[in-house]
This record gives sequence, structure tokens and C-alpha cells, in this order.
Amino acid sequence: MWRDAVVVAGKDLRIEGRAKVSLNQVGPYALVVLLLFGFAFDQDRPLLVQAAPGLFWLAVLFSGLLAVQRSFSVESSDGAIDSLRLSRLEPAGIFLGKAAAVAAQLVLLEALLAAGVVVLFHSRLGGAGLLAASAALSTAGLAGAGVAYGALCIGLRARETLLPLLLAPVLAPVVLAATQAWRSALGLSGGDGWRWLALLGCFAAIYLAGGSIGFGALMEEA
Amino acid sequence: MVLSARLRCAVALAGRYPVLAGADLDLLPGEILVVKGANGAGKTSLLRVLAGLLPLVAGEASVLGLDPSADARALRPLVGLLGHKGGLYDDLSAIENVRFAARSARAPASSVPAALERMGLSGRLAKAPAGRLSAGQRRRLALACVLVKRPLLWLLDEPHAGLDAEHRALLDDLLREVAEAGSSVVMASHEEAVAVPLATRVVTMTGGTVRGGLLAPGAGLAGAPAGLSEVPSVA
Amino acid sequence: MMLRKGPSTRLSRALGWSALVALALNVWWGLWLSPPAPSGKAAPPGIVEGQFVRMLYVHPAVATMAYVGFGVCALGSVAWLWPRTRSPRWDRLAVAGAEVGAVFCAATLVTGSIWGRASWGVWWTWDPRLTLTAILFALSLGYLALRRAVEDSRSRSVLSSVVALLMALTVIVDHYATSWFVSLHQGETLFKPDPSVYGWQLATMVLSFVAFGLLGAWLIVHRYRLEGLEERYEAQVFYSAIEARRAEGSAERASALVGSAAAETEGP
Repeated sequence: MWRDAVVVAGKDLRIEGRAKVSLNQVGPYALVVLLLFGFAFDQDRPLLVQAAPGLFWLAVLFSGLLAVQRSFSVESSDGAIDSLRLSRLEPAGIFLGKAAAVAAQLVLLEALLAAGVVVLFHSRLGGAGLLAASAALSTAGLAGAGVAYGALCIGLRARETLLPLLLAPVLAPVVLAATQAWRSALGLSGGDGWRWLALLGCFAAIYLAGGSIGFGALMEEA
Repeated sequence: MVLSARLRCAVALAGRYPVLAGADLDLLPGEILVVKGANGAGKTSLLRVLAGLLPLVAGEASVLGLDPSADARALRPLVGLLGHKGGLYDDLSAIENVRFAARSARAPASSVPAALERMGLSGRLAKAPAGRLSAGQRRRLALACVLVKRPLLWLLDEPHAGLDAEHRALLDDLLREVAEAGSSVVMASHEEAVAVPLATRVVTMTGGTVRGGLLAPGAGLAGAPAGLSEVPSVA
Repeated sequence: MMLRKGPSTRLSRALGWSALVALALNVWWGLWLSPPAPSGKAAPPGIVEGQFVRMLYVHPAVATMAYVGFGVCALGSVAWLWPRTRSPRWDRLAVAGAEVGAVFCAATLVTGSIWGRASWGVWWTWDPRLTLTAILFALSLGYLALRRAVEDSRSRSVLSSVVALLMALTVIVDHYATSWFVSLHQGETLFKPDPSVYGWQLATMVLSFVAFGLLGAWLIVHRYRLEGLEERYEAQVFYSAIEARRAEGSAERASALVGSAAAETEGP
């Protein structure tokens, strides 16, 4: 299963490396979203500093949706999903491989957005341990849930609109918990950041485990 | 007689539409079966049922000794399907596509250059991104991806489409070779002039059923005429 | 199976009538018999004042039924996914539970919003339960949209059961997330169990749970039966579709024969 995951992750990342969709399209989209937040908040500086963690994670969510859509449009554009079904690859391996590839792209996007938030909203970064740990767990949860629901939608009509509808409420606790963890790390709130990590860990565990187990069934019905 | 595939009264749905409405078929190892029929007759669905990709809602099926609905996971690696779309990744080069197909099928890496060579895609073409290849070259690349798998049952949907005369001959040689080695080939084709000479047996599909699909008991390859066999299908 | 005039049976009709009676009683007791809460200077802080306490006889019951509905959906989904108990009736139960749960969820959000307006003058409060209910509502809309988007009935059952299960697990996580989230700000808890609720008020509240419980059960039973009727209808459509498909074949054969006969008669 792990070997299959490596094969699939390698294929997805190689495709991304050639097409550079994340780099050329999703990254700039994410930065523009941050700019738009700035305009929407009327460039009110203290407010933007307060809101920065939340806006960061919202921007990650929107970019993540695009990354997941892209991950599956690659499979459906020439009917490659049938080849995956006919192969000896284990469905759990395919799931973990695709999730790993999406997670890798998200990590790069997050680094870009973190720089954007520092520059545009004048945030100051601190509490690196909590920031990194919560980002890692959130990314794992986002990628796992994204790939699970992406597979579900792959064969359906109105796929482009159904996926955000399904995914956005599901990812609500991740946005909530990650924002709180970051607010605590950046000293913007007095709460204990580390218990949010437990929540993020639970969410990531549920979707990575659930997705691995259920991916075979999800791929079948697409 | 040992059959590669056997369908009796097979019914399959696409949504609510019965794409197969009681199909009967016998297939021997080493046969090259050509399936003719008008558009919408159910040829593609027949191939997908044999591949274990489309479950049956009624009737029986046995492919390579396995039940395609219940044992799909065991059956699928043994089957090679060439559909309307090639199942290729446009951003990867030809050789990378075949390499991924080989790794997915747990085939040895050495089979990759051989497969490309066999389909006439070596050299400059091997390194070109699949998206930039012509339709005929993409077809050959998809065939190379099926070839590395070394399947026991080849299911091909219009394999000659888009190929020039030279490469049609290449494909015909390949199919005769695999049939002689014991694999079966089922080919859906509109191009009678090209497909029928290649075939050991020809059947026609209409309205989700197969005419001439059944073999008389004891029939073998040696005696089978190339052309319609007049055994009526059992309703 | 005998054709009935609709999805009612004696049992469900009894259920329906008792629900109606209980609801009527609830309205009567709630609006007339039970006393309003103290208002003005005598009112303890944070407790709903005056006439608005009557929301007590609707909101908690409706909220509970929303969660019961989704619980039924989750139960049905698990039972369908488990190979030994797999049967179409669990899938029907799941969709019935989800739809009824969604309706009660919407009612919860509306009544909660009205209550919030009464207590604090705003249409939305970040009460942990209300926030959780809002997320749950969004999840249920997604589930129902998914069911509508899949045509094949087997695929629909598989996909929606998997999604229902994942969503149920997410709700557990959400419960902690929303209650911790709200506790960060001075908890504006909508429903504080008021120790002074006794007598008629308590009785009416208990009655409201019974009344809405009966209503919910009746709705689920009927939705379940409706789904069963739809499946029977689809099965009939299936058989006629098979006939039509095979007829396509003979129509083609007939026209081919006519064509070849015409060619023969034309002759050289």
C-alpha cells in the first residue's frame, strides 16, 4: 500500500511539476484573495492584524479547493480513472498518494500565503512550534478530506459546484481550530493553543483513516 | 470446453437505462472476437462488463473464471481495456505514461522500452508530452500501456481508429501474436474491412443483446468460420 | 403486495393523530395555561423575559428532533454499509432521517434566532449549540444535494452512506470545536436550564418533547414509505425500459430485412 502511495504521489507531483498549475494559477489566486480581504476590511490595520490568522486559513481553504479539483480533473480528462481501477494499485494507496501530493502543494501555498500575510497585513510571526504543528495537522486534514470528497464527486454532474458545497462545511472545524491555534501562537488571544492541536489531530485521523478505508468504494461508484 | 468468458442474459444499467438487455456470449481462449453494431447498440457496455467495471443487475457472468461483479478486484489486473478515451496523462511524456502503467501493473521496468518499441513510439516520440501527440500516436500509446500489463483478456474499443495503414498492420500483428499465446481479444469495431479479416469470429450487437454470441457445445477454434454463426441467442 | 391508497397504515394514522393532538395540547398549554416568566426588574439576568419564554416549548424539542433525525440517518447508513445487515430499507431510513432532520434543523435555527432576538436583541448568537446546528444544516444540505446528483440507485446508497458516516464523525469533532470556540468569548448560552421552571412550564416543556417526537416519527415513517414506493415505481420503469431496449434490436433487424428484401426485388 505504501509503495502504491509513493507511485501515485510521484505521478501527481510530476504532473504538477510539468503543468505548474499550482505555481502559476493557484498561488497568484491565493495572493489576490488576501488582497481582496484587505480591500474588504477597508485596510484597517489593527483589524487586519487581529484577523490575519483567520484570513490566512480562509485563503488556504479556497486554494485547497482548487488544488483538489485539479487533482481529479487530471484523472477524468482522459478517462484515466478507469486505468487506475484496472491496475494492481490498492485503493488505500491511491488515496494516500493523492492526499500526499495535495498536501505537498498546500504546504508550498501556505508558505507563500504566510509571507503574504506578513507583508500585506503587517503580522508578526512567532510561536513557531505551535504554528508549524497546527499547520501540519491542518494540511493533513484538508488534504485527506479534500481527496475523499473529490473522489466522490469525480463522476457526478455539477461536480464543480457539488465539491465546494460538500467540502466547505466539512472543513469548518479545521478553519476554526487552525485559526485559534494560530491566534494563540501569535499572541492575539490568551487561550491555550495546544488543545486545538488535539482537535486538528482527531480530524486528520478521521479523514485519513476513513478515506483510506472508503476510497475503494468511492472510486467504484464514480 | 474451457471458456475465457461466459455471459448469460446479462443486464446492466447506466443510471436507469439498460445498456445491456439480456446479452449472451461465449468466448474461447485465443479467439479474436469482433463485435459489430450500430451506435448505441451496447458494444462499449459489453466491454466494460467483461472488464469488471460495470456490474450486472441480472444474469450470470464469468470472466477468466471469476465473477466480474463479486471478484472485480481480482479480475481487473488480468484484463486490459482500451476505451474511447485513452486514459493518458497529457502532461507526462509517452515513456512516463507507460512507466506509470507498468508500475501500476507491477510489471518489470524492462518491459517499458519494449512496449514503446513495439508500438512504434521510440526515440523522439517517447519523450514528447502525451498532450502533443496526434490522435493516432495517442492510440498507440494507450495500446502500449495495455501491452505492458500483459493481460489475459484484451478489450478494445475501436482500436484501429486514427491509425494509418502501417500502424494498422502493426496492431494486427500484435493481436495475432497475443491470441496465439492464449489470450483472448474482444474488439468493438465499425471498420469491417479492417477488423473482419483479423477475426476468428464476428458477432453483432443490437438493442443491448448479442446475435451469434453463443457457441455450439464442443465448438473449438479450428472449426469456427469467420463470419456470422447462426446459433440464435437464448432469450 | 396489496396496493394502498397512499403510504398510511393503521399504525401510522394512529401516530399521526396522536401527534396532532399532542401538538394542539402543546399550543394550548404553551400559549394560555402556562404563566409567562417574570419580566422587568424581577427578571433574573440572561433569562428570557416575559412572553418569550414560550419559546421554551418549541426550540429545545425541535433541536432535539433535528439531532434525532440525523442520528437515524447515521444509523441507517452504518446498517447499510455493514455487509451482514445490508438491505435497501436501511438506505430508505437514512434518507428519511436526513430530510426530516434537515427540516427540524431549519426550524431550530429559526426559533433559535427568534429567541436570540428576544434575549439579546440580535438575530444571531454564537451559542455553541446553535453554531453546531448551523454547521449540521450545511452538512445535511450537502448530503441531500449529493443524493440528488447521483442517478444510479446502488451508487447513491454507497456514496451517501459513506458521506453520512464521515459527516457523523465530523459532527463529534465539531461539537468540541464549537463549544471551545464559544467559551473563548463570554458564553452567550441560549438555553440555560432555569431552576425556576416547574409546574405548568415544566409539564408543557415535557409535552413539547412528546409532541414533536411524535411528529418527527410520523414524518420519518411516511418519508420511508414514500422512498419504498418510488423504488417500486423505478423497478416497473426498469422492466419496460428493458422491453423497449430489446425492441430497438428487432426494429433494426426488421428494417434491415426490409432493406435487403427491397434490394433483392430490385435485382440486376
